[in-house]
Formats: sequence, structure tokens, C-alpha cells
Amino acid sequence: MSLIEVINVSKHFGGLAAIRDVSFEIKTGEILGLIGPNGAGKTTLFNVVNGFYSPTKGEVSFKGKRISNLQPHEICKLGIARTFQVVKPLQRMSVLDNVVASAFLRAKNKSDAVQIASETLNFTGLYDDKNVISKGLPLGKRKKLEIARALATKPEVLLLDESFAGLNHSELNDSIEIIKKIKERGITIMIIEHHMKVIMAISDRIVVINYGEKIAEGTSQEIRNNPLVIEAYLGETKSA
Amino acid sequence: MKKYLPLIILAILSVLPLIGLSSYMMHILILVIMWSAIGMAWNLLGGYCGQVSFGHAAYFGVGAYTSGILYYKLGISPWWGMPLSVVVVTLFSLLLGYIVLRLRGPFFALATLAMGEVMRVTFENVGGLTGGTLGILIQKRTWVSKFGYYYIILFVAAGTFFLIKKLIESKLGYYFVAIREDQDAAESLGINTTLYKTIALCLSGALTGIAGAFYTNYMGYIDPHVVFALHDISIVTIMIVMVGGVATYWGPLVGAIIMVFLAELIRSIPGLGAAHQTLFGILLIVIIIFLPNGIVGDFNKIKRVFKRETPRNELN
Repeated sequence: MSLIEVINVSKHFGGLAAIRDVSFEIKTGEILGLIGPNGAGKTTLFNVVNGFYSPTKGEVSFKGKRISNLQPHEICKLGIARTFQVVKPLQRMSVLDNVVASAFLRAKNKSDAVQIASETLNFTGLYDDKNVISKGLPLGKRKKLEIARALATKPEVLLLDESFAGLNHSELNDSIEIIKKIKERGITIMIIEHHMKVIMAISDRIVVINYGEKIAEGTSQEIRNNPLVIEAYLGETKSA
Repeated sequence: MKKYLPLIILAILSVLPLIGLSSYMMHILILVIMWSAIGMAWNLLGGYCGQVSFGHAAYFGVGAYTSGILYYKLGISPWWGMPLSVVVVTLFSLLLGYIVLRLRGPFFALATLAMGEVMRVTFENVGGLTGGTLGILIQKRTWVSKFGYYYIILFVAAGTFFLIKKLIESKLGYYFVAIREDQDAAESLGINTTLYKTIALCLSGALTGIAGAFYTNYMGYIDPHVVFALHDISIVTIMIVMVGGVATYWGPLVGAIIMVFLAELIRSIPGLGAAHQTLFGILLIVIIIFLPNGIVGDFNKIKRVFKRETPRNELN
């Protein structure tokens, strides 16, 4: 069953078409990977799904209801949470307060919000840092904080924008475990990632875009053998 | 101890007039308390919600004129202006917010600054309603002694303090600070940033308006130049919070004490009195450089200086 449908979406910035006529769906309970070379329009697509941009053409629907005309906070309330590629911690708030602020979306009162936040911090392994002012967190933990904050809104769909970029090896394994645990909770995930190993390992399906257009879609095996994808990445894989 | 600090300070302020202060001293105290209430109101919007307003004179003035016009046009006691100003200024803030809250950061600050000036010019020119530049004079003051005024403004300021404290520790407070720290992140967490910024603006405006209505009753005379003044109201409000401590509970009170006493002190020095705003400017620069979080916000830093400890490396 498809939970989110992206139907013929285009997004123009002035004369530049960042996304052209892209369609795909996210099925309930899966992890959908979104890959593509730099500047392919992955984050733009994310912002369209999340409501930060409204599509120039086409529409996005969630459980059959059109959401591409809604504000980001309304979309979050419906059950779609996101993280940012460039992390946006609420800097002068403690780690706990960051998550409490987002937990208020579903909490009945403050103690309920603190409860949800503490559970989420436990889940993501940040509980020991709960009193640290988030400005002082290292990048790996900031990325985790982004995930924790999104989870505290109790989403049905989680959009992860490069949550693995810049992490060291052990942090990477840590985060992969967290993503797997999130999936076990029945949360659907759409993830942008440059780290091919990671995305091939955890994604159920992958959508590839290049120059704003969808060039392939399928399981990691299919993607690996797709000549269009190899062409799009050729050179990049060599230099990496 | 810390938990009871607000009550202890309130108790001290309540008995202060009973020790027999001069009328002049009472006047200064009334000004201190009034300014701390305005500072707290500003702090809610500027300090916690991060929307720095350079136009709080607009709310102060509209509150003041609510009282003034009630008396001038309808012959009703200007005291009714205090409750009525809540309604009037809230409606005014909604209208203003609709325009200025679309803007972010410095653009918001500039738009509010312009709004304050627009209000001043408007009130000067609708003479039929406001008495124009002649202002409004309340012919008969309620009390000759200052006791009544003192307790009324103390009640207003204490109410403002406890209301803001309660709000900041609730969901609203978390949302305000989240908006201050990152509006896009707040929006992505399901926070309706437009709605909560409007709430902050209306609360801040209404609380400032009450102080404005009190001002009319207390001073007995208002004109647009006084109550919509950019430098004497809007800027002084910001200075009070900056000096005392942005986004702290006690900052506005500490800032108001320092600013009001300093203003009186400087004004009493012959030949220097007119330069008090120059000195305020210098003070602000010093505060921003050495105590960017204000006296309350950087209290630990001040304590260290007096203990002559070598400052440890700051973690953040």
C-alpha cells in the first residue's frame, strides 16, 4: 500500500527546473532510498514532500489526501517528520529541551512531553547528554539529535536527509542500528544518502534521480546493474 | 531559597513605601517598577521568542491613549483604560502582527521601528480624537500621594512577572524559544510559527499597553511625542532588557533599576544632564562587549571578576 505518492512533481526556481516531472511512491513500512549525484535535486524533492516548497506542477499526497498545499507544521502534524541535511539544533537549548519542544506536538502536558522526550533520547542513545547545551554537541550527536527530535513528534513517516554524512565508522554503525530499530517500530522511512554502502544495505527500494529527473527505481540489486545509474555515477565512483 | 525569591522580592517591594520615603523617591520607584514591567513584556517577544522589536512605543502609546481618549472624549475615568487597553492593544497587535510578522530578523526590527513612528505621526494628526500635539491633560488626579499608584503598578508588574514565568515554563515557552533558535526547524517540528509569533506579539503588546494606560493615569498628561517616542520608550525598553539580561526572569527588573537611577543621576549633574543619552549609548556598547548576556545573564562572569579568579575556558 502506498503511504505517500509523489505525482508528476516539478519544481522551478525562476528559469531553473530543479525537479522535472518526478513520480514515485513510498509504501507503508518500507525504507525508500533516494540517491543521485550532487545537485540532482534530492533535497529539493524532500522539501516538496515536507511542505517547505510547494511544487510548481504536480502534487504530493499522504494516505490519499493532497498535502502539497499545506504548511510544513501541518504536514508534521499529519505524521511526516524530517531531519535537515545541515543540522538545525535549537542551539541554546539543552538536548532534552530540544526534544521536549518537539514532543509537545503529541503530549498532553509538560510531564508527558518530558516522558516522551526521555524515551526518545534513550532510544537514540543520547540520554547521557540530555543536559548538554546542543551548541556544544559534536556533529555525530547533532545528527542523532535531529533524528530524536523528529521521532518525538511520533511520525508515521520519517524523512532523513543525509543523516550519515560526516560520521565516523562507529557512529555510522550506530546510526544504521537506529534506523533499523525505527523501521521495526513500523515507521516508514525515506532517506537521502551519499554513502552507497549504507543505502544499498538498508533500503528496501531505491529511487535514483539525476538532473532533476527520475532515472531509475528498484531494489538495490536492480539499481546496481542499471546502466543509466552507472552512467550517472561514473567518474564520481572513481574519484570517491 | 531560589524558588521563593520572587515572593521575597515582592514582599520587600510591598513594604518599601511604609518606611517613609520621600515623594521623589517614590516617583523613582514607580518608574523603576513600570519600566521593569515594560521590559518583561518586551522580553517575552524579543528575548524568548527572538523577535526583536524596535517599536514597543507603539503598544505603550496605544495603551496610554486608550486611557486618554476614554477621558478626553467620553469623560470616563482613565483608570478604565487599564483593563480596556488589553482589548484595544491586542486587536492593534493582531493588525500589526499581520504585517510585520511576515518579516524575519533585521527586517522585522526595521518594520517595528517604522510602525512606532507611523503611530506617532498618526496620533499627532488626528487631533479631533487625540488632541493632536497638544496632548491630553487629565484635569483631576486620583491621588495626591504616590502610595496608590505605587501599589497599582507593583500589582501590574508582579502579575506580568508571574504570568511570563508560568508561560515560559509551559509548552508556549518551549515553542517561543524554538522559534527564536531556528524558525525552519521549529516549523518542521509541527510548530505553527506564525500562530505562536502572533501570540507572543499580542501578549507582549497587551502587557506593554497596560503599562501605557497606567502612565496616563500616573503622569496625568500625554502627548504623541512622549508616549510614542522612539528614543525615550522603544530604545530605552531594549536597553533595559539588554543591560539586565535578555531572556532572563530578573533581567528587566535589574535593567530598570540601573537605567532609571542612572538617568536621574546623570540628569542631576549640571552641564551633563542633556548628554544622558550619549552616556546610555556608551553604557550599551560596554555591556554588549563585556556582558553580552546582560548583568543577570552573565552574573557568574561578574562574580568571577570580583573573586579575582582567573576565568576558566568557556565551554561554549
